[in-house]
Amino acid sequence: MTTKTDAARDADDADVGAAGSQLSTAPEEETSVSLPSLGPIGWARWFWRQLTSMRVALILLFLLSLGAIPGSLVPQTSIDPTKVEQFRADHTTLAPLYDKLGLFHVYSSVWFSAIYLLLFISLIGCIVPRTWQFVGQLRSRPPGAPRRLTRLPAYTTWRTDRAPEEVLGAAQRMLKKRRFRAHTVGDAVAAEKGYLREAGNLVFHISLIVILVAVAVGSLWKSEGGKLITEGDGFANSLTQYDNFKSGAFYDTDDLEPFGFTLKSFDASYERTGPQKGTPREFRANISYFRGADGQEHQGKIEVNHPLEIADSKIFLLSHGYAPVVEVTDGRGKKVYSGAVPFLPQDMQNYTSTGVVKVPNALTPDGKRNQLGFSGFFVPTYGGKGSGSMFSTFPALDNPRLTLTAYHGDLGVDSGLPQSVYQLEKKNLKQYKQDGRAVAQMMQPGETMKLPGGDGSIKFVGVKQWATFQVSHQPGNGLALIGAIAVLLGLAGSLFIQRRRVWVRAVPGADGVTVVEMAGLGRSESARLPEELADLAEALGPDAPQASEPAPTPTPTEPENAAKPSDSADPADPSEGARA
Amino acid sequence: MNLAAAATNENLASISNVLIYSAMAVYTLAFLAHLAEWAFGSRSKVGRTAAALTATVPAPAKASARTAERGGGTAVLERPKVVTRATNGSRDVPDGPGAAGGTEKGDLYGRIAISLTTLAFLIHLGGVLTRGLSVQRAPWGNMYEFSTTFGMVAVAAYLVLLALKKNVRWIGLLLTATVLLNLGVAVTWLYTDSSQLVPALHSYWLWIHVSCAIISGAFLYLGAVSTLLYLFRDRYESKLADPSGKQPGAFATSVMERLPAASSLDKFSYRVNATIFPLWTFTIIAGAIWAGEAWGRYWGWDSKEIWSFVTWVAYAAYLHARATAGWKGRKAAYLGLFAFLTYIFNYYVVNYFFSGLHSYSGV
Ligand code: HEM
Repeated sequence: MTTKTDAARDADDADVGAAGSQLSTAPEEETSVSLPSLGPIGWARWFWRQLTSMRVALILLFLLSLGAIPGSLVPQTSIDPTKVEQFRADHTTLAPLYDKLGLFHVYSSVWFSAIYLLLFISLIGCIVPRTWQFVGQLRSRPPGAPRRLTRLPAYTTWRTDRAPEEVLGAAQRMLKKRRFRAHTVGDAVAAEKGYLREAGNLVFHISLIVILVAVAVGSLWKSEGGKLITEGDGFANSLTQYDNFKSGAFYDTDDLEPFGFTLKSFDASYERTGPQKGTPREFRANISYFRGADGQEHQGKIEVNHPLEIADSKIFLLSHGYAPVVEVTDGRGKKVYSGAVPFLPQDMQNYTSTGVVKVPNALTPDGKRNQLGFSGFFVPTYGGKGSGSMFSTFPALDNPRLTLTAYHGDLGVDSGLPQSVYQLEKKNLKQYKQDGRAVAQMMQPGETMKLPGGDGSIKFVGVKQWATFQVSHQPGNGLALIGAIAVLLGLAGSLFIQRRRVWVRAVPGADGVTVVEMAGLGRSESARLPEELADLAEALGPDAPQASEPAPTPTPTEPENAAKPSDSADPADPSEGARA
Repeated sequence: MNLAAAATNENLASISNVLIYSAMAVYTLAFLAHLAEWAFGSRSKVGRTAAALTATVPAPAKASARTAERGGGTAVLERPKVVTRATNGSRDVPDGPGAAGGTEKGDLYGRIAISLTTLAFLIHLGGVLTRGLSVQRAPWGNMYEFSTTFGMVAVAAYLVLLALKKNVRWIGLLLTATVLLNLGVAVTWLYTDSSQLVPALHSYWLWIHVSCAIISGAFLYLGAVSTLLYLFRDRYESKLADPSGKQPGAFATSVMERLPAASSLDKFSYRVNATIFPLWTFTIIAGAIWAGEAWGRYWGWDSKEIWSFVTWVAYAAYLHARATAGWKGRKAAYLGLFAFLTYIFNYYVVNYFFSGLHSYSGV
């Protein structure tokens, strides 16, 4: 290739590049990363330009995707704190390292936050100029035709007897009718369509920010409380009633809405046969509830996928279990305790559960203070004894058993220190023994266990069920949903709409017959572009019918370019030109 | 709940199993027919790619200009021919002739393979439907059911593209092979007797969320296969383009020259991935809404949620790479493959080995 043709080609390339300019608002790509020689301002500008470039956005996206992975491999405090403790105990060398790296709370760690904050700064730094540019593009008109239409990705030509002005006028009308933005520059019509693509892309990226804001609002103003309720018991929405309560930094606990509900009954059913025997099929909490300070009572139900909505809160059903009902009589024959005691399942499959009964006001036969404590196991369907303790073979109440051992002494409940209701503080307790063996008894409903020395008895009366509920108040959900819908719409616009330009040139040929040329250029590679160009050419047909003699074969490419394995860094690549 | 009405229909369930095994048998035949197609095709001498790439004398203009035309010869008068040219930056190489290599015998086997694949698909569809009918719900309650549906949708996607006259026949061999593998894994390791769902899955969001996840996965799979082949074909083309360097071996040449051009494969995978990305986005949004209904929070970084997020962001990175000079081509392709691997990881590894709220693998 001679220098001359090279120069000519470069001119052509620049020409085509100009034709593709402003086809998008994507930031300029700098092909070489040249370091600034200026002072701090130069550096700052350089840094900003890097941060808001597509390349860095893409690297940050990739880092975000890699950075999210450890959260699924390392136990997370926010999800399962007991697992984290277990991990700390098992890996004494690794755990401190993980602690330093924030791997137990990846999604609030410094480095993860840094990635997404940088990404969002980059995003804002990208959206703002692109929006202005887009507004400018909406006001301006598509650029005139490049000199050589043959160099564009789709091209067609034919000859007609109509005058060039006539053809151009018809072309402009035809393109406008097809909602192209069209105008005539010199000897050609320039037209463009598909601006919605850019709008969609901007909406998509802006909606990502909306979602981030919604997530932030949600975590700052949310509240979330858990409560275990046994059949027949109720709950009123105030801080003291919750078993646990979490809220965002800006949540004011005075804002708790006045409502309450009573768990009337709990229905559970399980697969009875087959290999999945025992898997839960249905859970339903039947409740009655009120709202407002002295509201009217309503009936309702809460199921696993169907929370109950009261005002701005939602009540979810989380889990359930059994609460044996017991009656305790003390040494003087007085009934000192009667009620249902929630036992916690140890095995989520068949509900072998453990729990304790605390009876602080029991007395000995001679009237001395003698606090009683019982601990033991409950099984809904007795399946025999494994290694010492009994186990359950089915989650439903088919054949319930309660096994208890008894303690007496000081329960430690008067000390004022908070105590778990599911564990006995055994420091000042003595186990009841008879003949050197601990007193223990397995009971069916209706049976009674007697304590040695006439200290009283405990009767296993029956079984109730309990359920745990979560009351959540999550502002920002609506905003997140709006953001999500906008993300989808924007994405659809951005990916399914083609932004493309079409030029129609009509010039008198050497023999006086008009030569019509049409060419199309898209923002990205598309199979539809040539199809559309053919459609447009066909639509122009009646106004510019082909001259009777056969048109010469189009010569779309210069020989020296035909099989050019060109490099992608070619600065005037038409698709790159979109950004140049 | 009326347990009697929802009771498992053992009969239908066993019919379903028979159908799935039969589909596997027919897929095997289709696979063999595709092998025959490739074998016979290898006897043809194509060599067009090499010619186009190594020609020192410039190829005539028409060789690099393809003509898009609809309606055949009679339309020529009203409908001018549109000449297309590849944008600079991609090699202007014609697509290979396909597995059959233009040989009649190869083509015959290819057609047989496609007929067999269609037949296998219908049987497969029957298997999935009877499985669903046997429990009177969507057949997506455990991993066995996901897997069988997933394979079925992948084949459906392929057949739809074929019916739309898209150039996808080259996927046939790999597709039948992977669907066989997928069904094999499903029946040997993932099999679960049909039964009712755990309460957390009783929701119409199951239909929406899971069906979208399965359809997305099936298409992303086609995109990934194409990306992978693009990487091979691209290497092959760049070796040819540099005659002084190491040249591809005879076997590689025989396979590679029959595939579509690297730029076509790349475009195909981009289009598939870009088209399905909004659906995957919707899948995640639908899952978040469902999680909000079921667990009281729409996002909680559960393992499954984490990996869906990772997949989504990885595909977003891929789409960005495609729009960034210097990242198009191979680098974007590696990102695309990474993104698909995270999808597969989420499916097999997270379902099987990770505990979490989404623990319904049934195994
Ligand atoms: C929060 C992280 C981001 C996500 C999840 C994201 C996602 C996406 C997706 C999925 C697309 C594909 C749609 C299309 O091709 O039209 C896209 C396109 C685009 N993104 Fe982003 N993006 C993010 C941040 C950014 C940033 C920081 C920039 C600015 C540097 C940016 C600039 C662009 C541009 C210019 C396009 C259009 C490319 C084209 O027209 O082909 N994005 N983005």
